[in-house]
Amino acid sequence: MTRYNQASWEDDDARYEPLLSEKATRAVNVDADALPDDLTRDSLELPDPAEPALARHYTRLSQMNYGVESGPFPLGSCTMKYNPSFTEDIAGLDAAAVHPDRPDDTVQGTLALCHRLQDYLGRIGGMDAVTLQPPAGAAGEFTGIQIAKAYHQHNGDPRSEVVVPASAHGTNFATAAMAGYDVVELPSGNDGRVDIDALDAAVGEETAALMLTNPNTLGLFERDIERIADIVHDAGGLLYYDGANLNALLGRARPGDMGFDVMHYNVHKTFATPHGGGGPGAGPVGVTADLAPFLPDPHVRERSGGPDDNRGDFEYYTPDRSIGKVHGYYGNWPVLVKAFAYIARLGDSGLADASAKAVLNANYLAERIPYEVPFGPFHHEFVASAAPQDAADAAKRMLDYGVHPPTTKWPEIVDEALMTEPTEGESKRSLDHLAAAFRAVHGEDDATLSTAPERTAAARIDQVSAAREPRLSWQALGSER
Amino acid sequence: MLDRLGVDDVEALFDVPDGVAFDGEFGIDARGERTTRREAAKLLRRNTDLTEFLGRGHYAHYVPSVVDDLAGRSEFLTSYTQYQPEVAQGFLQALFEYQSMLVELTGLDVANCSMYDEATALGEAATLAQRVRSVSGDRILVPAQLREGKREVLANYADGPALVVESYPMADGQADVDALAEQVDADAAMVYAETPTVRGLIEERLAAVGEIAADHDALFCLGSDPVALALLERPADVGADVVVGDAASLGTGTAYGFGLGMFATREDYLRQVPGRLVGAGEDSDGRRAYTLTLQTREQHIRKERATSNICTNQAWVALRAAMHAAWLGPQGLVDLAEDCVTRARDLAGHLDDIVGVQAPVHDGHHFREFVAHTDQPAHAVVSDLARQGYAVHAIDEHLIQVATTEVTADAEDGFVRALAEVAR
Repeated sequence: MTRYNQASWEDDDARYEPLLSEKATRAVNVDADALPDDLTRDSLELPDPAEPALARHYTRLSQMNYGVESGPFPLGSCTMKYNPSFTEDIAGLDAAAVHPDRPDDTVQGTLALCHRLQDYLGRIGGMDAVTLQPPAGAAGEFTGIQIAKAYHQHNGDPRSEVVVPASAHGTNFATAAMAGYDVVELPSGNDGRVDIDALDAAVGEETAALMLTNPNTLGLFERDIERIADIVHDAGGLLYYDGANLNALLGRARPGDMGFDVMHYNVHKTFATPHGGGGPGAGPVGVTADLAPFLPDPHVRERSGGPDDNRGDFEYYTPDRSIGKVHGYYGNWPVLVKAFAYIARLGDSGLADASAKAVLNANYLAERIPYEVPFGPFHHEFVASAAPQDAADAAKRMLDYGVHPPTTKWPEIVDEALMTEPTEGESKRSLDHLAAAFRAVHGEDDATLSTAPERTAAARIDQVSAAREPRLSWQALGSER
Repeated sequence: MLDRLGVDDVEALFDVPDGVAFDGEFGIDARGERTTRREAAKLLRRNTDLTEFLGRGHYAHYVPSVVDDLAGRSEFLTSYTQYQPEVAQGFLQALFEYQSMLVELTGLDVANCSMYDEATALGEAATLAQRVRSVSGDRILVPAQLREGKREVLANYADGPALVVESYPMADGQADVDALAEQVDADAAMVYAETPTVRGLIEERLAAVGEIAADHDALFCLGSDPVALALLERPADVGADVVVGDAASLGTGTAYGFGLGMFATREDYLRQVPGRLVGAGEDSDGRRAYTLTLQTREQHIRKERATSNICTNQAWVALRAAMHAAWLGPQGLVDLAEDCVTRARDLAGHLDDIVGVQAPVHDGHHFREFVAHTDQPAHAVVSDLARQGYAVHAIDEHLIQVATTEVTADAEDGFVRALAEVAR
């Protein structure tokens, strides 16, 4: 049984590693010769560590943080797979570091890479055209729904509702609302999938789109996907694919073939770009040919120039009925480079293998844990029930065994949910270790769970009081010490 | 493992109906790591090697090696959103420190731990303005001279809540405050201004803009960046309610528009802030500890009533910006900002000495960049300069825009000679 003792730098009884501002702060008067006084601030007070102190500060902070390279990270729905190092080297090439306002003919390498990635993603999703501009999954959703909206408006058929299953990611609801739609929540069927009768009742002439994740957040493939697509399309709506769970299906099924009209890809999930402690990600959006004229501005295409011109092979253009821009420039470029590198390295066989191992690992792990998994057959993730234990407490205790816990208490359809996605990167040995952690926690009493964790950098944190009296900066702490 | 599951073949674990099954043939050939690196490098070598005197929202400052080294530590790079704060104290503290730096730079009470970029932060500010405004009103007023991309992103964010985006005029590169005063009425939800402006001018009448907004109960949103804020008037002192901007001018360098959306506001609007917030609390050992907080604003709790749909943000870019700011220290930041003023002024002076070039076109103080008039058509000047190895913006028939920072310092003389050659 692996036990984990996370590094913890304790400065005294009141705090761990001090803030930069508590180590070395300096206030300077701002007195610029180049500007009149009334255009400048009076002073500036910020940390002022020497470089060795800076290096030590952040090294210690990193030691008090857990990443994919620290240990298993089966955070359901987030696809915390291993991030291969070589993609960093490619993203860090000098030739990749260009300014976004250069003329097209001077950035042919960047455009060529973008065009290749658009093509790769189109093939993987079964989509006719792909934009790389959305900087994250939720931004991809917003882009896709704005495209759907523009499409309906162009057809003289503006609609007011977006249908979202109850078990969907919170971003789906928030995205639809941001785009100005009313959200119609679709209850889950008894088998954890879309309830066809409920869908029939929910969809109508006001339906702009149904947003669906497949496999869904329980890891279940929506077997009735063709019928679902027909119901939505017959009502004049569009089918939106949330790409969060695409890692389950690489090479086995494609959203485009299932009848989806628009989708986003989470490259920080499926295509192994590092999650960076909460981003940056990237959320490219794929569409069918009917929706391609509505893609964001601009889009990369091959040039059809004559042989005598030397303006390069690729260019930007504005699609005919573009929704405009969704990012100030071209999205999260370095992240896109890493995704490109990952896909190129793996190719057909590697991508299919990734999904095979992801699905095998999830099934193997589920089989080895003592908690009930009420729904199946699942793919790359499963949702176990911690009941009668509190899922959040069980998760805290797992930290002590050197694993990052699953996503907890969601989706609500499973009582005390532990949403678990081990990903393809875990070896059998690592999965056995993970399973042992589940078993250990399963056997422990509520008193142990409710006071866990005990071997992490910090002990259990009181989130309720932190929210009741928000202190969001060192300035807000100022008078305390 | 398959034995344990009682299946012969992993394919048996896939529950995909035949009607939608795919044969796995994407047509993408697998290749080794070394080949992938070589091919990607070859592809990117098709980018022309140019010395960039480019800005207009995306800036190159020298990023010290220690930032790459520390931010690249896998415990930071490969972690995710801090849903389990006990095991993620390091990143949480770093984000708390980033928020605090923005609080100092803006003078406002709260900063979130990032939006995607400046344009999306501006869009979020507009929707916040509508939510917090005490009376109805749907007009968002923005400067006539604004990056087109920013205007387009704002239009997408404004579309859902049916906000109307309108421009107010500029006078000699700065906000025309008198015209703005005429334009603002009871229906204005937000007035947006930038310093420096897209043409590189330091706005001289920000307090007047703030007063006009306040007089009509409109929010005053100011766009800037952390380097400029180290030197220029504190946003809080000119009445700013929200500050947005691109904080990736620290920590990242040129990356094809890869950004870091800065978002700071007053405490009054705390519960309406979009995105993640890190707060200080206490653990059961009685020590100060950090956690994501006020999450009931966010999509994973509040769903369609969330303040924004944002989930994944730019946390790692924020980490880098904070590291860079700490490396510079307050005097280093102020010196860097002052250098942005003197360097732009001096380079404009050198360009003005060239036959066929007048610079700067606008009166006033510049930051990093300025607009120059060329007697030759601007697009011809730009392509002739590219042949000499330099990039500048063409922004109108006879207007070019030139940005310079410490990164281009050594190339300035060569650039001036090249421009002198092509501008005649």
